[in-house]
Amino acid sequence: MSVPLVAVTRDPLSLDALSAAVADATGADGAVTSFVGLVRQDNLGRKVAHLDYEAYEPLAVRGLERIVDEAKANWPSARLGVHHRIGRLELGEASIVIVAASAHRADAFSACRYTIERVKQIVPIWKHEHFEGGDVWLEGATADPDDETARQTAYRIACA
Amino acid sequence: MRVTVRLFARLRDLAGSGELVRDVPGPATIEQVWRSLVKDMPALGDYERTMSVALNADYSRMNAAVQDGDEVAFLPPVSGG
Repeated sequence: MSVPLVAVTRDPLSLDALSAAVADATGADGAVTSFVGLVRQDNLGRKVAHLDYEAYEPLAVRGLERIVDEAKANWPSARLGVHHRIGRLELGEASIVIVAASAHRADAFSACRYTIERVKQIVPIWKHEHFEGGDVWLEGATADPDDETARQTAYRIACA
Repeated sequence: MRVTVRLFARLRDLAGSGELVRDVPGPATIEQVWRSLVKDMPALGDYERTMSVALNADYSRMNAAVQDGDEVAFLPPVSGG
């Protein structure tokens, strides 16, 4: 079965599988970059035990597709894949994998960085952090894909 | 008319359910669905300033009109990645 370029899944993520899905055999690409987000043991002074990720799945997929389209508009030679995992994740497990391929490295790096920044801004996925002594829902950004200021912030970070 | 309300993360915990069927007098907007919900569950009200909303699994706005059978979702600030 072919690997989709965009997915929200309960299965463990594979950088190799996504890289293979993004890869182009024609020789047009000069660079491939990747980002893998991991469950970290320390957060805001708390000892994390594990994370439970929840998603509004159909909108999360739609949000990821929107981000891929935005990145392609910014860096037309870039091709992207992004897989986000949900459900219970243990320390050290990958929660998100992003692969960006492009003719040149600058565009590949920028598209990859832009994608993770935008995921944190607009994709309806939430971390429920279980730590030593309790649990807490983490809340970051108000998800508004039309917020031009947020989009510009992600773009600036991506090009820094 | 009848709409399905979806709640996520802490909003779901506060409401005690992630999916509610609500009857609202039509015509109505997402904002009116929200007001009727908060009337029954005042603890949700704090999220009005920070949440976003979706209609039939697409990003939307509080002033969007809802139809009978629609799915309205209220989304706390997101924390994916």
